[in-house]
Amino acid sequence: MAKAKGKAAAKKQVDGGLSTERLHEMYYHMVMARALDERCWVMNRGGQAPFVISGQGHEAAQVGTTMAFDPARDFLCPYYRDLGVVLAFGVTPREVMCGLLARANDPSSGGRQMPSHWGHAARRIITGSSPVATQILHAAGVALAARVRGEDTVAAAFFGEGSSNQGDFHEGLNFASVHRLPVIFVCENNGYAISVPVSKQMAISSVAARAAGYGIPGVEVDGLDPLAVYQATEAAVARARGGEGPSLLDVKVVRLTSHSSDDDQRSYRTAEDLAAERAQDPIPRFRSWMESQGIWDDPQEQQLMTRIKGEVDDATEFALASPVPDAATLLDHVYAP
Amino acid sequence: MAMTYLEAVRETLRQEMRRDARIIIYGEDVGVRGGVFRATEGLQEEFGEDRVMDSPLAESAIVGTAIGAAINGLRPVPEIQFADFIFPAVNQIVQEAARIRYRSNGTFGVPMVIRAPYGGGIHGALYHSQSIEAFFAHVPGLKVVMPATPYDVKGLLAASIEDEDPVLFLEHKGAYRSIRGDVPDERYLIPLGEAEVKREGTDVSIISWGMTVNSSLKAAENLAKRGVSVEVLDLRTIRPLDTEAILETARKTGKVLVVHEDNLTGGFGGEVSALIAEHALFDLDAPIRRLAGPDVPAMPYAPSLEHAFLVTPEKIEAAAQELAAF
Amino acid sequence: MADVSEGLTPEVLMDMYYHMVLARVLDDRMWVMNRLGRAPVVYSSNGHEATQVASAFALDRGHDWVVPYYRDLALVLAMGMTPRDVFLHLMGRADDPNSGGRQMPAHWGSVDLKILTTGSVVTTQMMHAAGIALAAKLKHEPTVAMATFGEGSTSQGDFHEALNFAAVMKLPAIFLNENNGYAISVPARKQMAVPDVAARAQGYGIPGVVVDGNDPIKVFEAVRAAAARARAGEGPTLIEAKTYRFVPHSSDDDDRAYRSREEVAEAKKHDPLVVFEQELREQRLLDDTQHKAMLDRAKAAVDDATEFADTAPDPDPSTLGRHVYHEAVL
Repeated sequence: MAKAKGKAAAKKQVDGGLSTERLHEMYYHMVMARALDERCWVMNRGGQAPFVISGQGHEAAQVGTTMAFDPARDFLCPYYRDLGVVLAFGVTPREVMCGLLARANDPSSGGRQMPSHWGHAARRIITGSSPVATQILHAAGVALAARVRGEDTVAAAFFGEGSSNQGDFHEGLNFASVHRLPVIFVCENNGYAISVPVSKQMAISSVAARAAGYGIPGVEVDGLDPLAVYQATEAAVARARGGEGPSLLDVKVVRLTSHSSDDDQRSYRTAEDLAAERAQDPIPRFRSWMESQGIWDDPQEQQLMTRIKGEVDDATEFALASPVPDAATLLDHVYAP
Repeated sequence: MAMTYLEAVRETLRQEMRRDARIIIYGEDVGVRGGVFRATEGLQEEFGEDRVMDSPLAESAIVGTAIGAAINGLRPVPEIQFADFIFPAVNQIVQEAARIRYRSNGTFGVPMVIRAPYGGGIHGALYHSQSIEAFFAHVPGLKVVMPATPYDVKGLLAASIEDEDPVLFLEHKGAYRSIRGDVPDERYLIPLGEAEVKREGTDVSIISWGMTVNSSLKAAENLAKRGVSVEVLDLRTIRPLDTEAILETARKTGKVLVVHEDNLTGGFGGEVSALIAEHALFDLDAPIRRLAGPDVPAMPYAPSLEHAFLVTPEKIEAAAQELAAF
Repeated sequence: MADVSEGLTPEVLMDMYYHMVLARVLDDRMWVMNRLGRAPVVYSSNGHEATQVASAFALDRGHDWVVPYYRDLALVLAMGMTPRDVFLHLMGRADDPNSGGRQMPAHWGSVDLKILTTGSVVTTQMMHAAGIALAAKLKHEPTVAMATFGEGSTSQGDFHEALNFAAVMKLPAIFLNENNGYAISVPARKQMAVPDVAARAQGYGIPGVVVDGNDPIKVFEAVRAAAARARAGEGPTLIEAKTYRFVPHSSDDDDRAYRSREEVAEAKKHDPLVVFEQELREQRLLDDTQHKAMLDRAKAAVDDATEFADTAPDPDPSTLGRHVYHEAVL
């Protein structure tokens, strides 16, 4: 990695201000998200994990947005696809696997929630639920509190385009825009709400168009390009920190897997469609870009793959060896102690 | 012919839609995919996209527009994908659908059936496992139907669709594939508000509804081997409520165990118990006993916790045995 | 009554004006009844008459549905509700056709007039209009459903879900926003960060039209165009009629707490009744004699309604439990 540093420094402005280390970090998180996700499916098919819900195809969008936030002061309200978000915000692969396997030390819920219902108090990631779009309101509330308390905090809500049809989406954006709150609404638009294509969800092609109804910027972003995503998010975050209010990002991504391990998307999508999406995989695309910039090569790739496999193996073994929740704790945490 | 609970839902919808062109189905993923549980599989192919529609992901809209469609002459059967997702639509259900007849002095009505899969034991965790009946049983103007068997699914669903008032039709997810039974081909109706004794007995009465009827029957079977005769009363609908059937079984055995998967406090079991206490107290030989889910917000995911929550045949058996020995 | 398809003939214009006058006179009388302690609560259409009457006239009354909100006195009069009906409702009488005395005043509803019953929680009615339109579309009927609502309602999730649902399914619905600038005491600038509700139409891919709600002809034309579009299968339209409420939110409100008398006085310069009267006089459709006759006619109707409702029976307490569920005809 060291040898590439000099070249990257010259490209600093072009890459949206990201150093080579940051670009490598970006790639690491994307690849880690994919590798962990794939391992989750292996565990599911092997009968060890009853349920998996994926972020494959969303990695550039998730990591690109998240790296524009500050883990020390910002708050994130992710949704169930956001493995890449939580990894980039400091959640470890061990913690992810403990969530998948519902172990007592799962930081999201101690095994109470389904996998991918992220939450991590220490990492400033707010617990989410399954009914969609509720977190949009929570993010607005977090931003409201930050402003009332005089804290330089930006909040982000992540959600799919299906969620943008819920009343909570509208109420959240309206509330945030009226009060000019420091919050970023990130729509990870993969074109499907489980089986329902976007054409049957809304009569518009861009969720960003909805921003006009709230008087806030609505930005369409190529969600397969982590740098474009990073730059758009960085601009929105700067705007929020500057007191100019919320932004809506419509980040177009692909969904490379079925909705969840209980779904089979071949029953509602054509083979051609699925193949076309596979060809747009953001991870090889970003790797090629880095190679073209002279900041990545095969030995680095192999080294990274070895490292990631080791970390995923470690996380899997760690979680498998972790204790399940004691049934006696069933009644804990209904109210404050 | 023998079929699963899920097949009974689907075949009844099919039969009713063939019979009545006013019936439309919509909700999230009910069209091309045929529902996340495949309860509507094949219906769009048979009845077309106009009658079986994928809707935007918005529960308040699903119910709210169904109200308008019902008033304008259709028989909507909207689906809420999981009962846990019904809460954004509560205003439309409780304050609109259930209230429209009363508030218009009987001039408007909302004949629709909201289908919603409820219940746990399927690794569904806090948001795909809930029993929601107590929230809605409290609402005059609404009917709440909870079948336990494929036979009852058919008769009750057809009757619900024919009903002039809004019906919440709760199907247990655990029952979908695990419960099978004989279902006649021909159409039949089971009146809403008629409970059924699913097993005759003399020592203890178990009163239940929905999936826990099946668990109670298993428990009763085991107890019979040990000489305890258990009667199982399936309420089938909790609003309207068959109060006569409840009082009759309570008087017959003098010992009542009320079983539900929903959590205990404020659960519908309290209503059943109060009814017996008001009208049959002196026919009882033991205090009424309730067996229900614990008072935690919903069912957790980890198998150890999920199992600890569930009202299993073993727990029912133990409670009924204790009661018999009182 | 003139056929709407004939457009704005002199007869139609005069009929529209009469309904506007009737609504205002009736409205004023309701406040008197309230101050006399005879009507516990009053909600006004005072200031909204042009929007409400003209929009009803632009529909195919008798076939199309309106799904109103509590401010729509002038709208329901234009749809055919009588002053007697309104007063029976105001006083909670047994023969109130809206609810038999069950609901608060201004919670309109009539099967015969195709006015859908309404609740108090705002914006639910937009869903119902979409649903009526859905049924009309599936039944291949040329029916249009029009929902009306204040700009405060546009902050509700149901607003968003209804517009999205109607847009994606191309339903024959009209969403008419009566924007008077206040949700009770909250001004529109604290309600939304955009000056026009109509801007929200972009988010659904449907037309969003701003119209002067004090000008009945402009409103008529906008609603007629939206109805034609709906009947042609092209989907819903969002119309924003800018208007003003000259009175407090209700008889329990005092608007001096949140807006200046100067502001109200300024708005009254654009009183739709005054504006339209001038227009009719300029067109030589109205003179002093006709004007006085029209006022007398409205007053007589309101007097009659007041007396009629005053002596009408209250609901029998034994009917409290009726109509919770369908009652089979025996």
